[in-house]
Amino acid sequence: MKLIAAGIFSAALALSSTALAEPVKIGIITTLSGGGAGLGIDVRDAFVLAVEQSGNEEIELVIEDDGQKPELAVQIAEKMIQSDQVDLMTGIIWSNLAMAVVPNTVAQDIIYLSPNAGPSALAGANCHPNYFNVAYQNDNFHEAMGQYAAQNYKNTFILAPNYPAGKDSLTGFKRFYTGELAGEIYTQVGQTDYAAEIAQIRASGADSVFFFLPGGMGIAFMKQYAQSGVDIPVMGPGFSFSQDVLPAVGDAALGVKNSASWSKDLDNEANKRFVEAFEAEFGRLPSVYAAQSWDTANLILSALSKASVKDKEAFRAALKEADFESVRGEFSFNNNNHPVQNIYVREVIKEGDVLTNRIIGTAFEDHSDAYAKDCPM
Amino acid sequence: MSTALLIEQLLNGLQLGVMLFLMAAGLTLIFGVMGLINLAHGSLYMVGAFACATVAAATGSFWIGLAASLAAAALAGAIVEILVIRRLYERDHLDQVLATFALILIFSEGTRWLFGSFPLYLDIPPLLQGAVPLPGGGQYQLYRLAIIGVGVVVAVGLYLMIARTRLGMRIRAGESDREMIAALGIDISTLYTVVFALGAGMAGLAGALVGALQSVQVGMGEPVLILAFVVIVIGGIGSIKGALFGAILVGVVDTMGRFLLPQALLFMLPPSQAALVGGALASMLIYIVMALILAFRPRGLFAAHS
Repeated sequence: MKLIAAGIFSAALALSSTALAEPVKIGIITTLSGGGAGLGIDVRDAFVLAVEQSGNEEIELVIEDDGQKPELAVQIAEKMIQSDQVDLMTGIIWSNLAMAVVPNTVAQDIIYLSPNAGPSALAGANCHPNYFNVAYQNDNFHEAMGQYAAQNYKNTFILAPNYPAGKDSLTGFKRFYTGELAGEIYTQVGQTDYAAEIAQIRASGADSVFFFLPGGMGIAFMKQYAQSGVDIPVMGPGFSFSQDVLPAVGDAALGVKNSASWSKDLDNEANKRFVEAFEAEFGRLPSVYAAQSWDTANLILSALSKASVKDKEAFRAALKEADFESVRGEFSFNNNNHPVQNIYVREVIKEGDVLTNRIIGTAFEDHSDAYAKDCPM
Repeated sequence: MSTALLIEQLLNGLQLGVMLFLMAAGLTLIFGVMGLINLAHGSLYMVGAFACATVAAATGSFWIGLAASLAAAALAGAIVEILVIRRLYERDHLDQVLATFALILIFSEGTRWLFGSFPLYLDIPPLLQGAVPLPGGGQYQLYRLAIIGVGVVVAVGLYLMIARTRLGMRIRAGESDREMIAALGIDISTLYTVVFALGAGMAGLAGALVGALQSVQVGMGEPVLILAFVVIVIGGIGSIKGALFGAILVGVVDTMGRFLLPQALLFMLPPSQAALVGGALASMLIYIVMALILAFRPRGLFAAHS
């Protein structure tokens, strides 16, 4: 009896140690140079920190900078698959880079987990069992703002850059917005002066403004909007009011309503631990990109404790269970491997000298995306 | 569409034009005198903006920051000229483009290394906050008017310097015959350094002025650089007068295009489509104008010497 018990115990030990000690190679392609580097650095830092804190020493990270260039990202992906022989890939920030890398990667039976980009083309009919989006589908934050605007305003002026994500943004907004449109403008990508657009907003008689202008474009727009003295309330997706850009926008952002799946003050244990650990390690507040990357790392860790990464079928099933403590609270995967999660409305506030966000309401509970119904999975 | 809105948009176009002039003047001066294509001009613009943001944050004064931006960009220009550019005058344009492109990368990564990847904050000074009333009942932002003022002052100053001073005489002489003025005993390499630093200083000033309107971040110079090249091609490469007219033309055409094209298309298309097509057409407009001008005047509006 004793012998059998010992046998079972050692067998269990052997099993669990193989599950834990198995070496895993994860490729991270992200943007660490150029104008968009702030986002990639947050993704990298949060991922590395999450792996460090797990104590799992068998995970090897291969981190490369894509410079926000699709052609470079494709080369790096090829190198990671062919010569580094990574088991999993993650890290890409931008939708155009994801479109260049993901379809080819998942076709080679490498599992890719997106910590940020969620282009509609990968969420619908072209969904793939090897592609997991841990962040959002691109339309989600815009839909949430459309929902918020429908409840609060009647005549909204909307603007976005003239490129696929910009069109998706306004489409997503209009999907839930029921009021009138005071105007609709597509600006140039990389545009930095919005005087002409702001003059039109002033003249339009709108009762609110919705804009999606990622990166430096949003900073420029917000500053110029505040300087122009137009006092029509502004709202937008959380990207333009994330922790990485708020210091550059300054007080112009105060009071602006924006949408995101995560906020620093979200009340759950995992989030408290995350914000504390991130701030202690890097001396700055995490952005929504850092939160998504932290979740991506923890999702991978949870799946590794259940299945071998070499057994793709079992590993995919373990990922799909999403059995990890998300900093966003409730989190699960839809049929198209995209998140089902709450989207919150946040407001920019000042804590001491630091600009940050707090949650003021929930736009959607357990929100999925409009493309899942086209996905055959 | 009211008169006030139209006047406001014309002023916006003028302001964009003036800002482009500050960039294009240096670019065209450097090309005119030294025959050098300087792709790194946008990096000097970025240096100006970063210097202004950093010094303004440290001292609390935008004006000290503005002075620092001029000094930092001119100094960076002089150092780059002495270390790198000087070796490129005798080489062909391809080598110049390659070397100055390398400078862009060095400046960008160097700036990130010093200042980090996150954009910096720079606000307009309290003195220039607020707006002034326009005829027709509109309002215009004081700071943007001030930028137009700075542009006019720089344009007049540049004209006086080139037409009336000894330095200006040497610059004109350098434009027409480099070997000859060197033979006449003028220290040509110092002259080149001064001209390069002058162009760099103007780019730095533009960067600082615009930095208060938008975000101060790595890579901010390159979109402006492309527009500045359009300006000098339209104006005639090497001509300061051409740079001034070209800049204002590009500024006004771009702004009015963004404003009027989507509205004009409303007569033909539903609103959403008009916005999309109008926006796309507006972004092409200055290039269409450039192509038309080059078709009729292949060397630009105010072609300098060959």
